[in-house]
Amino acid sequence: MMMRALRSNRLQLAAFTVVLLGLWQMGVEVLAIPPYLLPAPSSIAVSLYGGFADGLFIRSFFITFLEAVAGFLLAAVAGVVVGTLIAQFRIVERLVYPYVVALQSVPKVAIAPLVIVWFGYGFSSKIVVSATIAFFPVLVNVIVGLKSVEQDKLDLMRSLNASRLQTMRLVQFPTALPFIFAGLDVAVVFSVLGAIVAEFVGSQSGLGNLLLTFNANLDISAVFACLILLGAMGMVLHLAIYHLQRRVVFWGQADSTTRF
Amino acid sequence: MTRSTALPDPRRASPDVPLAIEINNLSMRYTAASGDSVLAVDDVSFSVRQKEFLCVVGTSGCGKTTLLRIIAGLAKHTAGSAMLRGQPIAGPSADVGIVFQGAVLLPWRTVLENVMIPAIVLRLDRKRSLQRAHDMLALVGLADFANAYPKELSGGMQQRVSIARALVHNPTLLLMDEPFGALDAMTRETMNLELQRIARDAETTVVFITHSIQEAVFLGDRVVVMTPRPGRIAAVLDIDLPRPRDLDVMATEPFGHHVRSIRTLLNARGLTH
Repeated sequence: MMMRALRSNRLQLAAFTVVLLGLWQMGVEVLAIPPYLLPAPSSIAVSLYGGFADGLFIRSFFITFLEAVAGFLLAAVAGVVVGTLIAQFRIVERLVYPYVVALQSVPKVAIAPLVIVWFGYGFSSKIVVSATIAFFPVLVNVIVGLKSVEQDKLDLMRSLNASRLQTMRLVQFPTALPFIFAGLDVAVVFSVLGAIVAEFVGSQSGLGNLLLTFNANLDISAVFACLILLGAMGMVLHLAIYHLQRRVVFWGQADSTTRF
Repeated sequence: MTRSTALPDPRRASPDVPLAIEINNLSMRYTAASGDSVLAVDDVSFSVRQKEFLCVVGTSGCGKTTLLRIIAGLAKHTAGSAMLRGQPIAGPSADVGIVFQGAVLLPWRTVLENVMIPAIVLRLDRKRSLQRAHDMLALVGLADFANAYPKELSGGMQQRVSIARALVHNPTLLLMDEPFGALDAMTRETMNLELQRIARDAETTVVFITHSIQEAVFLGDRVVVMTPRPGRIAAVLDIDLPRPRDLDVMATEPFGHHVRSIRTLLNARGLTH
């Protein structure tokens, strides 16, 4: 029953998409909209095919993908470590958390030019900007998750004279996992954003670099092709996190990430 | 039949058997969020013999949960003394098992893994503890559910798991804080019957907190009646109903007499149950 409902939902969505694309194609042709303003779906498809055929898209996609994933992994590890320290130690919370909040209110995109100066035009600057932007959603969710343990569970551990590490391992960390995954889900999309912004500011390769070049040449159908690839990248990363979460947080009371 | 005991409880077991719990002139004062000083427990004295089933009954806010937390070592009293088997209570003890109002199970661990928690924290021998965990699950009637997850169990079954968990490290004292308060009336009666058997088989001392007079009389060897604001002991009653008790005992005259006595004690303080 559920499988059939799911399939019919997907069929409806596919039909709706075909109708939309058809209207778009007809609108562009009937109204004679110039391709440098809004290209027809057919010319976007041609650009997409051409980009794949000469390997440019695949190369650029993987460069940006690797930057985003590396930035994401860095942010995930740093977010979990710093968040745990802040949640566990009052002194760390008092000294470090104000800085975290202050940094959080700076638009992270604005530091990208500075990072390019410090780390150069290569991979490392992209990874740093990506990680900086992806760090905060992880951090905040780790802190909230670790602090969301019910008092009863802490009492149970305390009644057994459990050590801080035992309480952390047996109760707090598993309780925080659904929250951590919610943070990772936001972070993984942010990491792509960070990589693109860094590529905009200064780079020699990647989808962001490519997109700027196409834009400067007014090759708008190629720009659309890049956007489609970026959307696909975000979707792939989100789905990876979603499925990982389903496996790890199998008891899943809070389905923290949205389903596509 | 019913005998209201003068305070402090003068009855002592023979001197060579130490009392399981000895509470003398115990008070607990705390500062509320409003800044006011609140006297939660006021000059309370009573004792619990080993392997005795003691019920503490009172309305909410009478300090009975505070009293339990002090015995558990989770809270500190501000005056008087509290002793566990002759030793002053300085903190939580491995000799105590606690059953909370909720089952407090970890949803990511199976029933067996939940029951094993005290053994893991106390670093007990794993093989022997596993055997003991299986035995305790059998004792609470859940031998077939060792590998189930908590969400697959009903509320009553979850609370049975938490009783098995409280017993797995073989404590001599079982503390229960309104453990069946969240269950429906019929499940609750079944659980009361089961608990009577479990306590006898596990050979532990039990301190059982409840706001149900019937439950207290049905389960207890003695019942401590507490009245609120500040929490004081109004009386300690002997429940001399023969054991094992079945649910029919609730319809008998002696049972009704005990219930009426306790209700009168509670009403005397301007409270209705």
